[in-house]
Amino acid sequence: MTDTAWIDAALTSARPQAVGALLRYFRNLDTAEEAFQNACLRALKSWPQHGPPRDPAGWLIMVGRNVAIDDIRRNRKQQPLPDDDQSISDLDDAEDAIAERLDGSHYRDDILRLLFICCHPDLPATQQIALALRIVSGLTVKQIARAFLVSEAAMEQRITRAKARVAEANVPFETPGAVERSERLTAVTAMIYLIFNEGYSASGDTAEIRAPLCEEAIRLARLLLRLFQSEPEIMGLMALLLLQHARADARFDAEGALILLDDQDRSRWNQKMIAEGLALIDKAMRHRRSGPYQVQAAIAALHARAEKPEDTDWKQIDLLYGALELMQPSPVVTLNRAVAVSKVRGPEVALEMIAPLAPRLSSYFHFFGVRGAFLMQLGRNDEARVAFDRAIALANTSAEAAHIRMHLDRLMRDSQPRDTKISKK
Amino acid sequence: MLYAILCYHDEDFVGSWTKEQDAAVMKKLAVVQDKLTKQGRLGPVARLLPTTSAATLRKDDPPVVLDGPYAETKEQLLGFYLVDCKNLDEALDVARDLGAANPGGAYEIRPVGMFAPGSTVT
Repeated sequence: MTDTAWIDAALTSARPQAVGALLRYFRNLDTAEEAFQNACLRALKSWPQHGPPRDPAGWLIMVGRNVAIDDIRRNRKQQPLPDDDQSISDLDDAEDAIAERLDGSHYRDDILRLLFICCHPDLPATQQIALALRIVSGLTVKQIARAFLVSEAAMEQRITRAKARVAEANVPFETPGAVERSERLTAVTAMIYLIFNEGYSASGDTAEIRAPLCEEAIRLARLLLRLFQSEPEIMGLMALLLLQHARADARFDAEGALILLDDQDRSRWNQKMIAEGLALIDKAMRHRRSGPYQVQAAIAALHARAEKPEDTDWKQIDLLYGALELMQPSPVVTLNRAVAVSKVRGPEVALEMIAPLAPRLSSYFHFFGVRGAFLMQLGRNDEARVAFDRAIALANTSAEAAHIRMHLDRLMRDSQPRDTKISKK
Repeated sequence: MLYAILCYHDEDFVGSWTKEQDAAVMKKLAVVQDKLTKQGRLGPVARLLPTTSAATLRKDDPPVVLDGPYAETKEQLLGFYLVDCKNLDEALDVARDLGAANPGGAYEIRPVGMFAPGSTVT
């Protein structure tokens, strides 16, 4: 690896801890970021010559803090006192002592606070995600703009606005109590899942551009889990992200059209990610404190464990969706459950199950896609066609529309001789 | 004598490698491994999944299961090699070669007292 490559990797991995500590110190996001940037510039000069420090984050915090204090002094046009004047060249000697003082005591809450600030409830989801990617992950505005398919100027503005809101929000800097910490964790896990979904829901020509969002979300989840090793819901979140992302290479065909789970080439699933995901669910289950992420991860695990689509344990998936309905009642969860029900008890029962959802999901693409599929399985082709037409009208991406059109084409072919093909299921 | 070369590195740092950087390091390590394999000196090699997937059984009475790795350290045990070497110097040479392919972190070199190859798992 070249000098710059390993320094980049070291700076990226040290970033959350360093910015988190600088934020606690300066209580201002812009100052903390700037201090970190300055420390990075010095690292780029110093590290290739002296080799990497044993504790890169400690080094960056120390240097960042001193440079920022010097700047503040200079701005106030004050004469620095001689004994306070610590030049950068002294820092390497001081490093070990500082690293000792900076040890783990604040580390967890610094990073959690940094993440939590990004998902402040006053911020709309899009701003939360952009802020977290900028501040915690350290992606450039250009990279974030690209992932969100907006101009750099628009993204710059979005991030600036978000920062201004956060500055007004007065997030407390004291070490949080247990209740507050748990509330922060819940907000942060939700934000990480949002980042993942931004990447995961992309399709077609944008899928490749947006995939880094999934990887970034996994990195953040891993960071969080390392801070809170015994939280089963964080294990669940991490497992869910890994198990879903493991299918990334198999989810799209050469033209960028979505390939459904049943039709994916399972040999292209990433077995290393699946292994890690399954290991995490095993660990989470032992705590016997279930939660929505764990249940969703368990569902993803049942898919991952099936070597062929017909090996899928749909009965268990039906039960897990039932549990999820109790924890997080939502028409979308019921819709997903109906797919499992259609496999276990047939499309007729499933169709009945989703009928009451119609008013609430009247503008939801997947509702009509699923309804059309059930109707098609029942041989009610005219009704299926109506549902599919509606789905196409509601499709969010060209890949979604293309997928439904495939069903319609099949209906056309099937209905050419006759229109009353009865499904045997 | 059989030596274990235990690989310690900051897993956040290794985890922040891009896919391409990771693949490049693995490719360089494979060159070192191939050389040892040809000399008939390379035993099992393992790269471990991140410590977040680890659980630890403390052998108290009754045993307690803890989440996470055994030790919270700045650098984590991320993998190991078993290599046949005449002496410590030779083992250090192997570690240096591996270190040149994958800089940063540390290798702990420990002579193996007992080795059971077990059945061949894949």
